[in-house]
Amino acid sequence: MMFSSSRTLRNLNREEAFYFFTSIGNYTGQSAASLEEFLQKIKDINVKSLEFHLFREDFEKWIAQTLGDNKLAEEIKDLRVQKVVGNALRDRLYFLVSRRIKELKGPPLR
Amino acid sequence: MKSRNPGAMLDDLDLQILRLLQKNAKQTYSEIGNKLHIAHSTVYDRIQKMEERGFIKKYEAMIDPEKMGIQHITALMTITTDPKETEKIAEKLTRFSQVLEVATSFSEELVIGAKVVAKNQAELHSFIAKSIAPLPGVLRIRTAIVTKKYKEERFCPPERRLRERNNL
Repeated sequence: MMFSSSRTLRNLNREEAFYFFTSIGNYTGQSAASLEEFLQKIKDINVKSLEFHLFREDFEKWIAQTLGDNKLAEEIKDLRVQKVVGNALRDRLYFLVSRRIKELKGPPLR
Repeated sequence: MKSRNPGAMLDDLDLQILRLLQKNAKQTYSEIGNKLHIAHSTVYDRIQKMEERGFIKKYEAMIDPEKMGIQHITALMTITTDPKETEKIAEKLTRFSQVLEVATSFSEELVIGAKVVAKNQAELHSFIAKSIAPLPGVLRIRTAIVTKKYKEERFCPPERRLRERNNL
């Protein structure tokens, strides 16, 4: 399937949103219904939740399958392979996602 | 004066019959009668009345999935909800076959308690993440996986409690 930045940046319905858990069945009450909302949530969410989802491959799957962005999914997979944890994980995840959003939005129109 | 409490219509004999049925609902009227030293026709009449009044809701088989070799886990979920949505969420939960029991309770805040079964932890998580977390009004979910069950009984009021209540 061809990559479409509008697909990656679109707003999702409740069923497609990402729901943050800290462990099996323990939902934090935080969810993200777009990549931009995801970026905002990873700033403050419990770091345990980031680690839980990273090592379950949930971020990669959601970003590749729901948002259709294999490039970002691969970059996040690297964090898992490198076993990045704690606030370093939060910082690197934030960096990757914010950089990708900027890239997809392109340079501002003049 | 007649009591408005339908439970007050039950006497000790009814409760003794109920207790025996709860232990084994396949017992015959004669077997129950023998144990209580009463006629089987009396047992029949009492059971009929309790069924008609809805005191006995149904008879069911309690299966043992472990002995049947069915792989499964049980989990107890506590769902904190927006109070305006609690009823709707509880009602929706009852529609899932994975959910065995649903109840609302109040301690510091109104919550929904539910008992859930799944094949394994991965399936349990997927069910909660895909079917329960997205329900509008769900604020938080806490889930505890049952490791060992020590007792499982249905409620039946003791005879003494009934007598004390009727004396009030």
